[in-house]
Parts: sequence; C-alpha cells; structure tokens
Amino acid sequence: MTILRRMLTACRSLPAVICLLLLTAAPLIALDVPRLTARINDHAAILSPATVAQLENSLSLFEQEQSTQIVVLTVPSLEGDSLEDFSLRVAEKWRIGQEDEDNGALLVIAKNDRKIRIEVGYGLEGTLTDLVAGRIIRDVITPQFRNGNFDQGVVEGTAAMMAAVKGEFSAEQSRSSSAGSENDPGGLLVPLLIGLFFLGRIFRNRWLTAGIGGVAAPVLGFFTFGAHWLIILALIPIGLVAGLLAGIVAASAGSGRMGGGGWSSGVGLGGFSGGFSGGGGGFGGGGASGGW
Amino acid sequence: MKPFRYFTALILSLLLLSGCGYNSLQMKEEAVFKAWSDIESTLQRRGDLIPNLVEVVKGYAKHERETLEAVIKARSKASSVQLTPEALSDPAAMQQFQAAQGGLTSALSRLMVVVEQYPDLKANQNFLDLQTQLEGTENRINVARQRYNEAVEVFNAAIRKFPESLTNKLLLHLDRKEYFKADETAKTVPQVKF
Repeated sequence: MTILRRMLTACRSLPAVICLLLLTAAPLIALDVPRLTARINDHAAILSPATVAQLENSLSLFEQEQSTQIVVLTVPSLEGDSLEDFSLRVAEKWRIGQEDEDNGALLVIAKNDRKIRIEVGYGLEGTLTDLVAGRIIRDVITPQFRNGNFDQGVVEGTAAMMAAVKGEFSAEQSRSSSAGSENDPGGLLVPLLIGLFFLGRIFRNRWLTAGIGGVAAPVLGFFTFGAHWLIILALIPIGLVAGLLAGIVAASAGSGRMGGGGWSSGVGLGGFSGGFSGGGGGFGGGGASGGW
Repeated sequence: MKPFRYFTALILSLLLLSGCGYNSLQMKEEAVFKAWSDIESTLQRRGDLIPNLVEVVKGYAKHERETLEAVIKARSKASSVQLTPEALSDPAAMQQFQAAQGGLTSALSRLMVVVEQYPDLKANQNFLDLQTQLEGTENRINVARQRYNEAVEVFNAAIRKFPESLTNKLLLHLDRKEYFKADETAKTVPQVKF
C-alpha cells in the first residue's frame, strides 16, 4: 500500500500527461476475450444486420475458396486495456487461420476508444504487411468511420484485406499439406521393439534376438543421445532383455497379425458446415493500429 | 517367469530415463533458442527501418540534427552487440545486449516525440508508412520478448525440478537462461518541452 500511495503522490506532482502515460503503460484490468461465435462479432452493435449477413457471406466464400480466415470483432470499449495486447490475446485464443498456414487476420474495432487494429497471422505477413494493414486502416476504414459510416468502413476494409491476401493460399493447398503430419511417440524404444519383434519372427531364436538387441540398443542410443557412455552402457542389458522378450513374443505370436491404425487427416476448414471456429493459426504481433 | 520380471523392471527404467526429461529438457532449450532468434529477427527488422526513417525526417526537420544523430548512433551500437545462443546464459552479455537495444528504443521514442512538432512531416505518406512499420515492429518485438521469456521460464523451471534436475546435473549440463527484461530506459517517459 505504501508503494501505491507513494506512486499516487508522485503522480500528483507530475504533469497529468505523464501520469496518464504511466497508467496506460500498465493496465490493471485485462479485458476478457469474448467467445468466437461467427465471422462478424459485433459486440459494439455498430453494424446493421444486413451488413453482418453480407460480410458473413463474403468472408465465408473467401475462406472456402482461399482457406484464409478473416474475422471481425467490435467491442464497445477496451476498458483501459491496450489495443495491441487485447487484439493479440483474441487472435491467440480464437486461433484464426488454418493450422499449417497461419493464414488468419482479425479486424478489431473499439468503438468508444475510437481505435482500429488489424492483427495479421504469420502466414499473411508477407502480403498483408504492417504497411498494407496501416494503409487500409488509414485510407479505407478511417475516412468512412469519421463520417459515421461503420457499415461501409468495415465492408470496404475487409474487402481491401481480402484483396491484399487473395491468391496467397488456396483451399486445395491447405487440405493436402495438413494430411502428412507426423508424430513420434515412442522415441527409441518403439522402433527397437518392433525391429526386434520382426527379427524374432525371422530367426525364431530368442537368444539370437537378445544378442542383436544388446548390440542394437546401444548403437541406436549412440545416435539418439550422442556419446553419453553412461546411457549407452545401461542400454546394453536393456537391449538384451528387450530382444529376448521380443523373441519369445514373436515365437508365440505365430501368424498373428498386427492391426495397423491409419493416419487421420482431419482438415480443420472451419465454417464449411454449421458453426464457425478458428482453424488453429498462429500470430506473432504483425499488423497495424490506427484510430479515427 | 523371471525374465519377464527383469524385462518389466528394465522397460520401466528405460521409460524413467525419458520420463526424467532427457529429451524434453533439450526440446525446451531448443524452444528458448527459437524464441531468441525471433527476437533477433524483429530487432533486425527495426534496425533496417531506421535509415529510411532518418532520411525522411531529415527532409522536414532540419533542426533536429542532434536527435537524428542520437538515433543513428544508437542503431550502430545496437547492431554491433550480438548475442549467440550460448551467451543466453551469461547475465553480463544479456545486460549489455539489453542496454544497447534499449538505447535505440529510447532514441527512437525521443525522435517520435520531436516529429510531433512538424505537421508537414506528419502528413507525408512516406513518413506515415514508416511510422506504421516502426510501430508494427515495436509490437512484434514486444510479442517476441514475451514469448521468449515464457520459454525461458519453462526451461529454467524444468532444470530445477526433480527428476529433470538430476538428469541435467549428471548428463546434460544445461545452464539456466537469462530473461529479456522490458527495458528500463524505454519505460521512462521522454521529456517533452513546451
């Protein structure tokens, strides 16, 4: 409390401007991120229903064609939060854009603060650069907003955003690239056991498999962990026993077949049916801010 | 079934080894390195913008030679101090790096305050574009710094936690990483003379 009091007395002795700057630099309240319900999230109620429907339609068509997701959020007030922080938090939570392309963009409008920001996902930074985003805010959106034409401003702004990123991605490309994802669950152990299992099947001799395991485990260990002799020494008996067991299992498994699980290739092209959700795109603070 | 009992024990110990963070520690360190390279590239981006910015401002604000020179000097100083990934564990090197970049941040913010007095400059399209890019870059630096600090926090906590601490002490010998703190000089508000 004493620190707070000291800060307050210090503030009083400084010009009000500096005081204000200090306060905005460290916002105490972080504005909650609203739930993503649609492409147009008009919490400030500045858009007409017709405009919302029109924008929903054009943005969803754009996503079907290009896979790029563009979302609009309007809030009545930032409540003292910084626009850049809030906008990035929203973008990170909503995860707009496809997972492997990071091709999402977010237009945030804070009505009472009279502030606008375009937050740009990693994948669009090359075309919707800070510069382009800044110009869209300055030359396209702001003039309309100054005249009170929120509908027109958002329509033209999103149209300019779409024009900037058009052709950068296509829905086809996004589908094919997310299918071949890999994952490596077992590290060293799983390939070793599988390899030994098959060797056991071939040789039908558990002692031979055990020997191979005893050699293969440290060798594999050398390549995985590097020259840590402690680990490699420990891997010799581990490989021996693993080989022995794999030999026993392989011999008793007979002609049993291992069931193979297929890769799932779920493509998260949100919005194709029913509700709308982000596709998992990442953001790194790209974009521009402005005000009217 | 003695071999089975041995086998279970040994499989368990193998799982323990990977459960002791041998791989995860190295992945966490790699995450720190990656986050650091993001910071460096955003800082580089800022440095690249400065010559153009100085050139544009020079055309309008001839009387601000001192401020412009301070920016140029701070930029060359900032680009001369580089930090290798190994030096991320060195507090002194990190301190030096932060001071150099912080110097540039405060020189730039002083320049941005000064240009407020030149309405012609503020209406110039080139200048507006550069200002947008500079703001965007400062924002990216902030984001990159936050993410770096988060990665460092995860890593530093991991090497102190049992059993990762043991794995690290015996096998990996990774050092704790330094945070990239928000710059002190950048936090102080530049003096405005009316």
